[in-house]
Amino acid sequence: AYKRFSELLPKEERENACSARVPKSQILTLPELRANPFRHRICRLFSTSETGDDSLSFEDFLDMLSVFSDSATSDIKSYYAFRIFDFDNDGTLDRNDLEQLVNCLTGQGEESGLSSAEMDQLIQNILEESDIDKDGTINLAEFQHVVSRSPDFASSFKIVL
Amino acid sequence: DASDDNEEGSAVENEENAKGTDKGRKRATPRTRRAHARGRDRHGDEDDEDDEDGMRRAGHRRHRNRRRGRAAGNEASDSDMEPAKVRKNQANKKSKEDDEEDEDEKGGKSGKGKNEKKGDKKSDKKGKKEKANKKKKDKKKSGSGSDSESEEEPITEEELAKLKEEVEEKKKLIATLRNKPWKMKKKLSVLKEAQLFVEKFEGALGKGKGKKFYAYKVMMTKKWMKFQRDFENFKTACIPWEMKIKEIESHFGSSVASYFIFLRWMYGINMILFGLTFGLVMVPEALMGKPYGSLPRKTVPRAEEATAMNFATLWDFSGFAQYSVLFYGYYNNQRTIGWLKFRMPLSYFLVGVGSIGYSFMIVTRTMAKNANDDGGGDDTSFNFSWKMFTSWDYLIGNPETADNKFASITTSFKEAIVEEQESRKEENIHLTRFLRVLANFLALCTLAGSGYLIFFVVRRSQQFALEGLENYGWWERNEVNTVMSLLGMFCPTLFDVISSLENYHPRIALRWQLGRIFALFLGNLYTFIIALMDEINLKARYFLPFTIFDRLLGNTEALQSLEEEKIVKYNMTIWEASLYNGTVPENSTAPPIQVDPADVPRGPCWETMVGQEFVRLTVSDMMTTYITILIGDFLRAVFVRFFNYCWCWDLEYGFPSYSEFDISGNVLGLIFNQGMIWMGSFYAPCLPAINVFRLHTSMYLQCWAVMCCNVPQERVFKASRSNNFYMAMLLFILFLSTLPAVYTIVSIPPSFDCGPFSGKTRMFEVISETLEHDFPSWFGKVFGYASNPGLILPFILLMVLSIYYLNATSKSYKEANLELKKKLQSVRIEN
Repeated sequence: AYKRFSELLPKEERENACSARVPKSQILTLPELRANPFRHRICRLFSTSETGDDSLSFEDFLDMLSVFSDSATSDIKSYYAFRIFDFDNDGTLDRNDLEQLVNCLTGQGEESGLSSAEMDQLIQNILEESDIDKDGTINLAEFQHVVSRSPDFASSFKIVL
Repeated sequence: DASDDNEEGSAVENEENAKGTDKGRKRATPRTRRAHARGRDRHGDEDDEDDEDGMRRAGHRRHRNRRRGRAAGNEASDSDMEPAKVRKNQANKKSKEDDEEDEDEKGGKSGKGKNEKKGDKKSDKKGKKEKANKKKKDKKKSGSGSDSESEEEPITEEELAKLKEEVEEKKKLIATLRNKPWKMKKKLSVLKEAQLFVEKFEGALGKGKGKKFYAYKVMMTKKWMKFQRDFENFKTACIPWEMKIKEIESHFGSSVASYFIFLRWMYGINMILFGLTFGLVMVPEALMGKPYGSLPRKTVPRAEEATAMNFATLWDFSGFAQYSVLFYGYYNNQRTIGWLKFRMPLSYFLVGVGSIGYSFMIVTRTMAKNANDDGGGDDTSFNFSWKMFTSWDYLIGNPETADNKFASITTSFKEAIVEEQESRKEENIHLTRFLRVLANFLALCTLAGSGYLIFFVVRRSQQFALEGLENYGWWERNEVNTVMSLLGMFCPTLFDVISSLENYHPRIALRWQLGRIFALFLGNLYTFIIALMDEINLKARYFLPFTIFDRLLGNTEALQSLEEEKIVKYNMTIWEASLYNGTVPENSTAPPIQVDPADVPRGPCWETMVGQEFVRLTVSDMMTTYITILIGDFLRAVFVRFFNYCWCWDLEYGFPSYSEFDISGNVLGLIFNQGMIWMGSFYAPCLPAINVFRLHTSMYLQCWAVMCCNVPQERVFKASRSNNFYMAMLLFILFLSTLPAVYTIVSIPPSFDCGPFSGKTRMFEVISETLEHDFPSWFGKVFGYASNPGLILPFILLMVLSIYYLNATSKSYKEANLELKKKLQSVRIEN
């Protein structure tokens, strides 16, 4: 992983790879992240940069890999998944978050999205299924409850270098 | 954190003598300060020790992060700078160094993926180099060490116990640190704190005389853990084909890759079966048994000698191949062979039974594991949420696949919405029902048709055999195998067409499809076996085995066969007698005349024949699969690619287009192939070896074909739900394929002239023989009592009862779960 990380740095900074931060644009060239619709959220989430430019240091990189690795527990994965999906960082998944999520999932093209009626229907269904306390949002506990039942989650939420 | 480091670093730098402009040092010292502060809380006099620990630990941590960097520089400078006291004795010190490396690795593990472990090894090497340096510093510190020792004496028993508890707690924290969703830096600092604590007090706990031993024990435990970790690294690196599968995963998603993972798992099982049969059956016979040509059963009969070495005969597995370790007939029935007194018949029997037992065990174990992951069942209560949260496959790295995935997700959302709305509507039930019944009827017809076809073809081949195979060309000779393979190729497509009548939800349609293909293969296989048994019966009237039908019909042909056998034996005696120039010796004492074994008339050997049929079937199946891949996928892809320019309609989107990878078909093929291996390996020990070869080559061929000729599927299906389905089918097939073998072992007398059981009335008598000769007599008595039906029946009853009980409890748990969920909802609503 160290090798992959240092490859992302421009040549002159490679010596200091441990302390250097890789800018977001470089991170997004990684083949594993290139095609991922959540790549921006992932960078934002794992970045500890004070300037808010979403750059990742080596430790952040390790953090990310550890969460997506095979040996991470499903608890950790669901915790981080929740934070990835929480677009406005308010600690719950409300309607806006869910809408944005669906748009990410259905691709960026014009013709491939869902119509607004379909979107409403979909979000309605989701909230019916997962919102146990019926407050209109999905919090971490509900999310973990839903996701831990799913047989596919652990195997799909995985990135291997 | 980083800014803190820098500030404090500059302040501290003045105090210490620098060995260069090590950034690491600057960073190291602030950690020391913090550790220093913490240490002060717990144990006032051991500050300096903490410092040094902290330093070294910080050094190691930086060291780990850099991994190839200036760790050496760090550590040397650390030790130089610190005029600190140190621990109690040398042993502890050494263990600490190991310990630090270990715990670095442990801490490191909390943040690393697979590849990083290699880096850790490098840091280990560097750490070891530093030990030499450190020994020099020891002298400086040992002086101060004695000071700290004296201050430790007054720790009372209670405090000791409390300390022990805390140490345990810290150890647990270290172990579970990986599972906590904290940021890396937080994890690292907590880890360091815990490690410090454990370090300091672990030594303290082993007091007095036991100290050295305790320290030694601690060191050994740590060395052992390190060894285990290295071994696991090594094991992970050894997994074959990991890179290939990963590549496929990134292009096609996890469902296609799951087929290859399944293939790899099968390969593992076959390797073990191969190891068993090869190591315990074939090799001893080849090394220690009588060589080729010494016994009649080991020699090619005179009549066949002329053609024995022809490639055609060898490909057909007759000739030399037949009379070799590869098949059942070669083995001699001597009780022990060679100077090792290797019990060949016993080994043959046990290997056969053992391989089946092993397969059962491993399939059931994998099923149980899968069931755990599955969360206990087919819950469709979170349909939409799951689609939303878990449908994206993070392994996809290819933009094209990603586009496909987007499209499929969109479609699946739309479909799910529509379906949800439709399910609230009333549909035209009668029409659907009628169509479904029609479709099932058609499917049944196809199945019956294929069964009859196979039966017919096998009968025909019997006729050909009777009239002598030389008169017919290649087609007639291989008719059976080719017909079976062709049926296996075309019927599934037919089922696909039929299923479009049924209008089911795709996943349910897939299940029906799989079920029908399963029934097809099963029917074919069993028809084949029955026809084979019939053939054995009819072909030469010397054959002994009775078919199931014969038994049911109370056929007396069996008794006739016994008579036939006696006739053969009588014939052989007469033939022998003819060697003595015409006299029929009764109780003759004349010296046996040397006859070339090739000339001795041979009795029938149905086991070898059955083994041969299975081997032929496997080989032809293999050939068919390869040719299908080459023609079906590769040529088609070539055709579409190159003829697209001069064709009327767009080939790539229209009719032929590139083929998708047919997961279910391939998995079923694999499962049935394995079923055949299980059935035949008792009669032909070479079968697992052939299968290993087949799986190996098929892995490479299919990997290449998938990457080269296939496109990602449009409807991307999750493989995980079907995983247990495949395992269940495998288990079922295993059970069905062991039935014929077990039946023959238990009911049919083995051939008198070939194989390791010749001369016995039943194959399993080899066990009783072994018990008599090789074990003390009381053993035999105990065994006799244990196999008494009076004991076995209650045992079976007990097992049935426990199954029922467990089933009932699991149902009640599920219901309790549901109740709790409802309660949660109602409580919230009230609030």
